[in-house]
Amino acid sequence: MQNMGDAFGLALQLVFSGDADLLEVVMLSLQVSLTATTVASLIGLPIGALVAIGRFPGRNGVLIVMNALMGLPPVVVGLLVYLHLSRSGPLGFLGLLYTPTAMIIAQTILITPIVAALSRQVLEDLHAEYAEQFRSLCLTKLQIVQALLWDARYSLLTVGLAGFGRAVAEVGAVIIVGGNIDHLTRVMTTAIALETSKGDLALALALGIILLVIALGVNAAVQSVRMTAAKQAYV
Amino acid sequence: MSDALIGLAPAAARRAQSAAILPLAVRDLVLRFREATVLDRISFDLGGTGCTMVMGPNGSGKSLLLKLLHGLMQPSEGQIDWTGHSATDVTARQALVFQKPVLLRRSVAANIDFVLKARGKDPGRCDALLDHVGLGHKALQPARLLSGGEAQRLALARALATDPEVLFLDEPTASLDPASVLAIESIVGDARDRGVRIIFVTHDMGQARRMANDVLFLQRGRIAEHTRAADFFPEPRSQAARDYLNGRIVV
Ligand SMILES: Nc1ncnc2c1ncn2[C@@H]1O[C@H](COP(=O)(O)OP(=O)(O)OP(=O)(O)O)[C@@H](O)[C@H]1O
Ligand SMILES: [Mg+2]
Repeated sequence: MQNMGDAFGLALQLVFSGDADLLEVVMLSLQVSLTATTVASLIGLPIGALVAIGRFPGRNGVLIVMNALMGLPPVVVGLLVYLHLSRSGPLGFLGLLYTPTAMIIAQTILITPIVAALSRQVLEDLHAEYAEQFRSLCLTKLQIVQALLWDARYSLLTVGLAGFGRAVAEVGAVIIVGGNIDHLTRVMTTAIALETSKGDLALALALGIILLVIALGVNAAVQSVRMTAAKQAYV
Repeated sequence: MSDALIGLAPAAARRAQSAAILPLAVRDLVLRFREATVLDRISFDLGGTGCTMVMGPNGSGKSLLLKLLHGLMQPSEGQIDWTGHSATDVTARQALVFQKPVLLRRSVAANIDFVLKARGKDPGRCDALLDHVGLGHKALQPARLLSGGEAQRLALARALATDPEVLFLDEPTASLDPASVLAIESIVGDARDRGVRIIFVTHDMGQARRMANDVLFLQRGRIAEHTRAADFFPEPRSQAARDYLNGRIVV
């Protein structure tokens, strides 16, 4: 067991030496979570938009379910996906268990409700402002949705970021469906959990530092885009 | 600016292609919010051409009347008859410049472009429309950073982009400097001369005199009078309008 200071020094060395194993884990993490965020946005944004401008029976029920699903526990999502993908499960024939695809599926399920619920709020607020003007212009539903998505683009960037943040930081779902297999499904969070339990604090800390920097970096980038947009009153 | 350049065909020519929506007949129109009656048994007729000025104190129901006629709201009672069409059927053939215009979070030009494309109009008209309202030099600026008066002009250009047969204007010059007021009046006058039916809310007496063919005067949700301009301005028939013209509070 190393002491904290040594571990931290070693961690920094690892980060700056560009260690190949470390890089592999980081790249897989990004690949899985960015793909999940993209797919979740493709599904979640249209759902959010439809609920935002739609008036249909059962809408309140949909809202409650959407908001409740935002708090899905990752291990439960992991378990459900595992049950479907395991050899005896209904989708077992696809052979996806313990692959990056399985991890993408789990994270997509985890964050689609986040994207849908948060974008619903953003788009509904914007629609409240635009609705009368749009009715005067006799726009179709599709034109309204397109206009809302475009005009809310900077706020929706923050929504996507919230989804990505949740995906890249969760460990419960990916460890169950990915299995933390070296060189195949090992991502930052599962590696941190493993290395910590093995006592290799340097590697765990190095990954922790990178995870933090990614979170900070992405937030800073989105924030600066939003501030530029705000200067033009586009937010 | 020639009509061909801004792409505005004479309204009469366009009207010939589809069934007329003018004259307008309004009968016993009532609008209630819960207990409050904000428009009370409104009846009037509007002919096919010219400019009707809608006047009356704050809260007398002018903006709500416009929204009802434009089909944006449903009345509690009564009929709006655009020559056999209901108000919601003819929304697309009309345009309304709102009292507080809502502009998209885009550039000035993109605001016009959006409407031209959405309504299947020639996108090439954008520049000419902006020039027409004196905003050509602001085309690339963010629309939401326009001054109050510039925003009103953009809203007017956007309304004209839809080639309306009826143009509702809700105090479009309320925050404009005197030169801009005249500029807007000349643009609206052009539209009227092309056959666009104008229904114009204002508190500006001079403007009403310059623009009106007839005046519809509202007070507390009722029509105090509907009079030809030539008769209204020398001596309104109703006490409410006389008090209003003399600057006495009539709310
Ligand atoms: N959604 C609403 N619910 C309840 N009352 C309303 C609503 N909208 C408008 N009103 C009331 O209806 C009345 C008429 O409103 P309207 O906006 O038509 O007045 P206006 O004549 O346009 O006044 P102004 O000259 O100030 O623009 C007002 O007293 C207003 O408070
Ligand atoms: Mg008003």
